[in-house]
Amino acid sequence: MITGADAIVRSLENEGVEIIFGYPGATVCPLYDKLSKSKIKHILVRHEQHAGHAASGYARIKQRPGVCMTTSGPGATNLITALGTAYMDSIPLVAITGQVSSDLLGRDVFQEADITGAAEPFTKYSYLVKCADDLPRIIKEAFHIASTGRPGPVLIDIPVNVQNQKLEYTTPGEVNLRGYKPTIKGHAGQIKRICKAINNSEKPLICAGGGIFAANAQKELKQFAEMINIPIVSTMMGIGAVPTDHPLYAGMLGMHGKNIANQAISESDLLILIGARVSDRAVLLPANVGNNTKIIHIDIDPAEIGKNLSTFIPVVGDANQILTQVMSAQTERKSDDWPGLLRSKKSKIKIDYNPRKFGINPKGFVNLLSGMLPNDHIYCADVGQNQIWSAANCQIRQGRFLTSGGMGTMGYSIPAAIGAKLADPDKTVVAVCGDGAFQMNMMELGTICQHNVDIKIVVMKNNKLGLVKEIQRNSYKDNEIAVDLTGSPDITAIAKAYGIPARSIDSMDVAEEAIAEMIRHKGTYLLVCTVDENESSM
Amino acid sequence: MKHTISVLVENKAGVLSRISGLFARRGFNIDSLAVGTTEDKNISRITLLVEGDDYIAEQVTKQLNKQIDVIKVRKLNQDEITRRELVLVKVKMSSAQRGEIIDIVKIMQGQIVDISHTTLTVELCDRPDKIDILIELLSHYNIIEVARTGIIALQKGAESV
Ligand SMILES: Cc1ncc(C[n+]2csc(CCOP(=O)(O)OP(=O)(O)O)c2C)c(N)n1
Repeated sequence: MITGADAIVRSLENEGVEIIFGYPGATVCPLYDKLSKSKIKHILVRHEQHAGHAASGYARIKQRPGVCMTTSGPGATNLITALGTAYMDSIPLVAITGQVSSDLLGRDVFQEADITGAAEPFTKYSYLVKCADDLPRIIKEAFHIASTGRPGPVLIDIPVNVQNQKLEYTTPGEVNLRGYKPTIKGHAGQIKRICKAINNSEKPLICAGGGIFAANAQKELKQFAEMINIPIVSTMMGIGAVPTDHPLYAGMLGMHGKNIANQAISESDLLILIGARVSDRAVLLPANVGNNTKIIHIDIDPAEIGKNLSTFIPVVGDANQILTQVMSAQTERKSDDWPGLLRSKKSKIKIDYNPRKFGINPKGFVNLLSGMLPNDHIYCADVGQNQIWSAANCQIRQGRFLTSGGMGTMGYSIPAAIGAKLADPDKTVVAVCGDGAFQMNMMELGTICQHNVDIKIVVMKNNKLGLVKEIQRNSYKDNEIAVDLTGSPDITAIAKAYGIPARSIDSMDVAEEAIAEMIRHKGTYLLVCTVDENESSM
Repeated sequence: MKHTISVLVENKAGVLSRISGLFARRGFNIDSLAVGTTEDKNISRITLLVEGDDYIAEQVTKQLNKQIDVIKVRKLNQDEITRRELVLVKVKMSSAQRGEIIDIVKIMQGQIVDISHTTLTVELCDRPDKIDILIELLSHYNIIEVARTGIIALQKGAESV
C-alpha cells in the first residue's frame, strides 16, 4: 500500500514529468513531502499565476503538458488567470490544486474554494478526486485530455485527506473515454474538395494560426505552401509558423496586423484557415473578408468551424495530418503572379525604423533585437503596445514567438520565458514587456535567481500603460486617466538588487551595442529601453 | 424556431452543472431541460428544447459535443419523434365547480390524482401542446400551482440516438 501522494508522484513520473512549477500550502503538504523524494524538479515561483504561465511557456516549447501545482483557496484562485490564458490559447496544462479534506467540502472551512467550479469556464476538463484509488487513472486521463485534440488546461483538485489515503497502486490501462475521441484524419471527401477548390482558385491564401504549433505542422505548412505557391498570412498566435522572412509570408493579419496581410485577405478568392480561430481581433469583421472569398477551415475543434465565419469547406482534424493528406492528393497548381504581387507590395512598405530625437524607436529596436539573436531564439512578448511592436516587427526565423494571444494577459512574458528556457536550455530566450507588465511580474526575478534561469529581459519603459493611454487618446478625446506610472522604481536598480546585471538606454545609437552586450552576457540580463510615451502601436 | 436535442451523457457528478453553465455563458436560450437515467445506469439522457435559428442549434450541438462527458448529441427532427411531458396542476375550486373540472380532465384524458375539500390535483402526460391546452382551460379556475417535467422525446420507429 502507498499513499495518495505517493501515487500522484508515481503517476506524474510515469507521464514523464520532469518539472513542476508551484507554490505550496497546507493542503498540498502531503504531496510536497513525497515530491521531495522524486527526481521531478520543483520550481518555486513567487506567485501562483506565474506557475501557470511558466508551465504554459514550458508546454509550448516542450510539446507536452506543463504541470503546475498550488494549495487550496487563495493558491488555487491565484491560478485562475493562468488557466484562462492557457485555455484561450489552447495550451496543454495539468494543474494540481490541494483541497480541504473531502469530509469538510461544502462547509466553507478555512481556505476552501470551489476551484473546479470557479475554473470551469477556463478548463478543458476538471476532476475533484474523492478517492485515492482513482488517482492513477485520473492523472493518466488528465494528461491525455490536456494534450490531445484541441489542447487545453485540465485541473485536478485533490483533497488533503485523499493525499494521505492508502491505496494499492495499479498502473492504469489505455485511456478510453467514450465521449472524447478527437478526429485526427481529415475526411477523404473533404480533402478532395480542398484540392479542387485550390486548383480552381486564382488567389488562394493560407491563414495560419496557433494550431500549426499544436499539431507540430510547421514543416508541412511550409512544404505545402511552397509546393503550390500559396502566400501565407498568420494570426498573432501563428507568428513563426513559417519563417517571417519566407518569400511567401505576407505578415500578421488583423486589427494590429500589417496592411498587406489584411489586403491579401480581402483580395483572395480562397482563404484556407488552418488552426486559426478567426477571433474578432484577427478578422475585424467578416466584412473584411472579400464577398466572393470561399473559406476552407481546417481545425481539430469542430466547434470552431463556422463559429465566427461561415465556411465553404469545413475539415475537422489535425493540421499536420490534413496538410500531409492534401499534399499527397494535390496535383500541381500552375504558378501565377499572385504571391509575387503581394511580395512586391510588401517590399514597397516602408516601416518607420528611424532613430528618435528622444528615446528608442521600439519597432526598430525589436526588429534589430530579433535580428541579432540566434536564428532559433524564443521570443516572449507581453501585452500592450510592446506586444504589437513585437508581433509586427520581430523576425522569427527558426524559433518561436510566445505571447498571450486570446486573453491578452499582462505579465505573461517573464514567467513564460522562464518555462520556455527550462524546456529547452540550449535556446536563447528573450522576454519583452512594458513597464506596466514588468511591475506585475517582477517578483519572478527571484525565481530566476534561485533556479539560475538564463533569460534576457527587455523592458520598454514609457512610464505609461501605453496601450490604454493610446486608446484614451484616440477614442476618449485624449482624456488620460489611470495610465500614469509615476512612482515606479528604477528598474535597473531592482534588477541589480537581485544581482542581475542591467542597463538602461535611451538612444538607438547605442541599441546595437547594448543588445550585443546582453546577448554576450552569460546569465540573465535586463535591458531597459526608454520609449517616448507618444509612440503609436502601428 | 424550437429544436429538440437529445444528449447522452456520463452519469457523473458535475456534468449537469458543466452543461448548464455552458448554456448560460454562451447565451443559449433553453426552454426546457429534462434529465433522467437510461437503460444503462452509467448514462443519463438530457432532452433539451432550444429556441433559436439553425446557427444556434448547430452551436449548441457542437459545444455539447465538445464536452468530454457528453457521449452523443442528436438534433431530433421535429416530425419524426414522439414527445411527452408530464404536468401536475393543483386547482382550488368550490364544490359547484368540481363537476366542470372533472369533465375537462376527462376530455383531456388526464387524471385526478389528489383531492381535498377545496382542491383538486390533475395529472396529464401528453404532447406539450395538449398540456398547454389543459393549463389554459384550468386557468379559468383558480390554479394554485403547476409543475411540468420538461419535454422528453424519442425517435419514432427503429431509429435511436
Ligand atoms: C492583467 C491585465 N490587466 C489589464 C490589462 C489591460 N491592458 C492592456 S494593455 C495595458 C497597458 C500595458 O502597459 P505596459 O505594460 O506598460 O505596456 P505598453 O502598452 O506601455 O507597451 C493594459 C493595462 C491587461 N491586458 N491585462
